[in-house]
Amino acid sequence: MSAMSANAVTAADPGSAPQAVIQVENLVTYYDERRILDDVSLEVAAGEIRVIMGGSGSGKSTLLRHLLGLNRPASGSIRLFGQDLSRLSGQALFELRRKMGVSFQSGALFNSMTVGENVQFPLREHTQLDENTIRIMSRMKLEVVNLAGYENLLPAQLSGGMVKRAALARAIVMDPKLLFFDEPSAGLDPVVSAELDELILRLRESMNITIVVVTHELESALSIADKITVLDRGRILMTGSVDEVKSSTNSRVNALINRIPENESVDVDDYLRRLTRVD
Amino acid sequence: MRAFTENLGRRVVGGVEEFGYGAELLVESLFWLGAGAFRQQPVHLHAIAAEMMRIGVLAIPVVTILAFANGVMMALQGIYTLRDFGAESQVIPGLAMSITREFGALIVGIVVAGRSGSAIAARIGAMQMSQEVDALRVLGVNPVRHLVAPILAAMLVMVPTLTVLADLMALTGGGILSSLQMHMSLAAYANMILANMDVFDVMQGLIKSGVFAVLITLVSCINGFSTTGGSEGLGLRTTRSVVLCIAAIVVADMIFTFFLSR
Repeated sequence: MSAMSANAVTAADPGSAPQAVIQVENLVTYYDERRILDDVSLEVAAGEIRVIMGGSGSGKSTLLRHLLGLNRPASGSIRLFGQDLSRLSGQALFELRRKMGVSFQSGALFNSMTVGENVQFPLREHTQLDENTIRIMSRMKLEVVNLAGYENLLPAQLSGGMVKRAALARAIVMDPKLLFFDEPSAGLDPVVSAELDELILRLRESMNITIVVVTHELESALSIADKITVLDRGRILMTGSVDEVKSSTNSRVNALINRIPENESVDVDDYLRRLTRVD
Repeated sequence: MRAFTENLGRRVVGGVEEFGYGAELLVESLFWLGAGAFRQQPVHLHAIAAEMMRIGVLAIPVVTILAFANGVMMALQGIYTLRDFGAESQVIPGLAMSITREFGALIVGIVVAGRSGSAIAARIGAMQMSQEVDALRVLGVNPVRHLVAPILAAMLVMVPTLTVLADLMALTGGGILSSLQMHMSLAAYANMILANMDVFDVMQGLIKSGVFAVLITLVSCINGFSTTGGSEGLGLRTTRSVVLCIAAIVVADMIFTFFLSR
């Protein structure tokens, strides 16, 4: 699988440096008073699979929401395809999003629609294609994710892995140039998770798209990534290839890669003071 | 004292924010209803039809029963009250004006707020929690165009239509009771109703019903989109939606009655 991944990078990068599809500069964001992302900067090149990794509360989901233009940053900038998200009007942002596909952690399929209708939805909204073509295209995408024959089922009738694959079919139905995955392996058994990783690699091969995966699943990250960005407490610890991350000397990166629990020393007096504090 | 002031300040700011958000939803929905087709992003007729079915057609039985029962009760109370003054026949002009101006629209407003206001808040709230609203945004589909505009259009058609039905059913209920109690024919009752009723009386009820339609849409959608905190949060927002819808309807009714009756 790694070989496949490496080949794809070479294919996407024939000699010259590929143009950055995503450029994040000095991104800072708050939740109430709490700083969630602190001076985050990164670039993702065209055709690259970038994994954004970090533990719970590291800020990776918040970063993804900013990349999707769902949240506005306190400061800093995010450029997708060269366009600054904070300078785009609401309508221009909706137009830009048509070049993107997103597979949410929960799938976020529309529960009132069948699987087929979910996949057909973007085509109905954004194209003038006739019904027959829309049906054929949605079946093609369902074939890609191995869900052919399931188009008449409701999302509630699918297993967790099938929901993720159906969400992926919906995300790629408009042939996006940029694809985001939020925790693709979360809640899946190892076999289904590996199938999904394989599917992500195959998609990049066949569609030559840029893919950003936000995950805390180490095995999945190592098997699909061209580059990994490690987030910790809202800051980027490092960005590098799989081998660079594996051989990092940074203790926090090591702790994440080798799954070493964080052992913070506890000040007993401070601990008791916090417990007995009156608000 | 400081906590009380802070809490009060927070609630006032929250209220102003919600008011502004409601105005934004209304303007944006009207924009999509008017200009969506010209921008290749129409509000789909099948979505409006589905909402009309849910909001209007399925509410016909309950509106019919409640309006009919209300007409009977108003006639009963009127006859017994006016009998002491020997003015029983005056119940008919009273019914004609109070039902068309006031109670038809009010009954429909409360029924639609209870049935559809809660359902809309719960549906949008559940979509918000399962990231379906975010999915709409990232698919390049404006959630206001897709979710709010069809509801607003359906409400603006169905609430006044249901009000006309409620007027008819309440007047029928009042008519049956009056004809039995006062030994008069239904034709005579109908003649007296028509003689004592003005087009403006009916219009007043219809104008109010249009305002109620907008209020129910906005209050329920605001609560749906603001849902956080899992199933408990969804329950709280649904309850809040119904309570606020009914409160808004009654207050708006009072204000409109004050100005329209002068």
